[in-house]
Amino acid sequence: MNKCMAFVKKLTGTRLFLPIFCLFLVLLSNLIKTPGFFEVSLKNGVLYGYIIDVINRASDLVILAVGMTLVVAASGGTDISVGAVMSVAGAVCCFILSGGQQTVNEFQNPYLLGVMAAIIAGILCGSFNGFLVAKMKIQPMVATLILFTAGRGIAQLITKGQITYIRVESYKKLGSSIPGIPIPTPVFVALIVVLLTYVLLKKTTLGVYIQTVGINSKASRLMGINSTMIIFLSYVFCGLCAGISGLVASSRIYSADANNIGLNLELDAILAVALGGNSLGGGKFSLLGSVIGAYTIQALSTTLYAMGVSPDQIPVYKAAVVVIIVALQSTELKRMVKRLQTERVAGKKVA
Amino acid sequence: MKKMGKLDGKVFLLIITIVLFVAMYLAGIIIFNSKGFAKPQVFLNLFISNAGLIVIAAGMTMVMITGGIDISVGSVVALACMMLAWMMEIKGMGAVPALIIVLIMGLVFGLIQGYLIAYLKLQPFIVTLAGMFFARGMTAIISQDMISIKNELFLQWAKSKINLPFLGGAVNKKGVVNYPFIYPSVIIALVILVLVFVVLKYTKFGRTVYAIGGSEQSALMMGINVRRTKLYVYVINGFLCALGGFLFCLNTCAGFVEQAKGFEMEAIASAVIGGTLLTGGVGNVFGSLFGVLIKGTIETFITFQGTLSSWWTKITIAALLAFFIILQSLFAKAKEKR
Repeated sequence: MNKCMAFVKKLTGTRLFLPIFCLFLVLLSNLIKTPGFFEVSLKNGVLYGYIIDVINRASDLVILAVGMTLVVAASGGTDISVGAVMSVAGAVCCFILSGGQQTVNEFQNPYLLGVMAAIIAGILCGSFNGFLVAKMKIQPMVATLILFTAGRGIAQLITKGQITYIRVESYKKLGSSIPGIPIPTPVFVALIVVLLTYVLLKKTTLGVYIQTVGINSKASRLMGINSTMIIFLSYVFCGLCAGISGLVASSRIYSADANNIGLNLELDAILAVALGGNSLGGGKFSLLGSVIGAYTIQALSTTLYAMGVSPDQIPVYKAAVVVIIVALQSTELKRMVKRLQTERVAGKKVA
Repeated sequence: MKKMGKLDGKVFLLIITIVLFVAMYLAGIIIFNSKGFAKPQVFLNLFISNAGLIVIAAGMTMVMITGGIDISVGSVVALACMMLAWMMEIKGMGAVPALIIVLIMGLVFGLIQGYLIAYLKLQPFIVTLAGMFFARGMTAIISQDMISIKNELFLQWAKSKINLPFLGGAVNKKGVVNYPFIYPSVIIALVILVLVFVVLKYTKFGRTVYAIGGSEQSALMMGINVRRTKLYVYVINGFLCALGGFLFCLNTCAGFVEQAKGFEMEAIASAVIGGTLLTGGVGNVFGSLFGVLIKGTIETFITFQGTLSSWWTKITIAALLAFFIILQSLFAKAKEKR
């Protein structure tokens, strides 16, 4: 019995326990409620099904979560502008490819130019955030709040307040699928981003540096780490991820919809990081945890959609989950629980 | 020279703000003179259209003085408007009970957020970010469609003009004298502003708020109940948000999901432009009033200009906010060196 308890305790103590447990829970509830959830079929050479949809749709979020994890780890703050940056990136790409027209049936400029411009736009937004946070020492939430509200305005200005359509087959490939490959392209994009980031963090000292800065930026500076640079770079990287994610999202709808690309995704990204067992206070992080967290959230969203909840209403549940997870992580709550337990034990002894 | 030495960062920031406002307004009078920018009514409209924001910025200033922040305000405004509209139009309630319920909602919202922040020591950003999405989502749960308010008492509150004859009148085409006017919402907003000012400046509670913002550790050592004060601040802020939402609703007379989006940044920007430090400890609600007026002036510019899209307001406000926080940060650095 004791051994069993110890095993359970060890299991629940693992970093990845929370995200995997939640993912399992969501999938289990689907298995019971929607029997067709795990069915996968092949249509026109592309895989179809709820589960494929979850993996496909989660890709944008996975890419965002990777960037967000680093930002949270390095600065102990979150970047709430990611959704807006996605829409800026989408708008820039569509603007270049359409040459300023509202609807085009062929590229006005090379595809690669549009992609590069979008990624550069993402990096620029990230640098702006990074400059404010790292160099000017402004609270991350306030610094990124600027782009959170102004970003969509900038995207609107680029698209002149209208939805720019790129009706070209090759533009849709990034967001749908390449002929001959049954798995949707966004899945590969997400996979590449995660793998590259993982290798970058493991093969260089960057990963360790980010954790060190996150745990104590003053101490790490005394140790000779350029903590300002590390924090700055983490925001730039987050901007880059948001740019890539924006490209994928824009390609899905083959247009730049400044109001709707990446809407409410900032909360999802933060939730993915928190669900992945990462402390929102910074420091140690697990990239894999965030990725699993992202898939869990998409599974949850898809489940809620399947149950007929409207997209506007979903944030209510997600917000509640965020608060619960963050409250569970809080040391203050743990202390409170402990105090209650000791009081109870003391009470028993007296009795 | 001695006087110059007294001009430290916080006073200087406030002076910049006031000068900026006056300069912008004068520029407006010169540029748009032919369109009647100089009329007293244009100035009064700044207050009429921003009555809600004035109240919310006052609450935000208080929260920011403690070193916290609340980014849920915009969504709470939307929720308050939607609740008012839904209760009066769909449920057929009177305007007074509906208003009371909305104010209670604000108190409860502030209480929950305050408890999580003050007692569980969660980061204010995360808690209020969740609050922001929660309130916006609740708005959508109440109704996804726009609800217009047709309640007579409510419309009476919204549309009863208070003439100010001493500002001079103008005779219109029909020969009727039109005086510059304000709505009751402006009076409520200004009363709240003065109340918050007095509470912050002249009460024990107000002193505690500044002390906590200055240094939480020292405040704790001085025997101040930091947690309880913080909780009260967030509760008051929640109440002011709901009240601000009501005043906002008097302008729009409707509830819909997308309402007051980006309001949180306008409130934070107003406070920051008005000289409230993001790090806490320093701030003044009258500074925030000027912050609101600057935002209102930018909006008026864009309306008078006529061809610019309304997005420019948000972008300009964001740029101003960025400018002022960089300024603050530079002042802080200069102070460290001294």
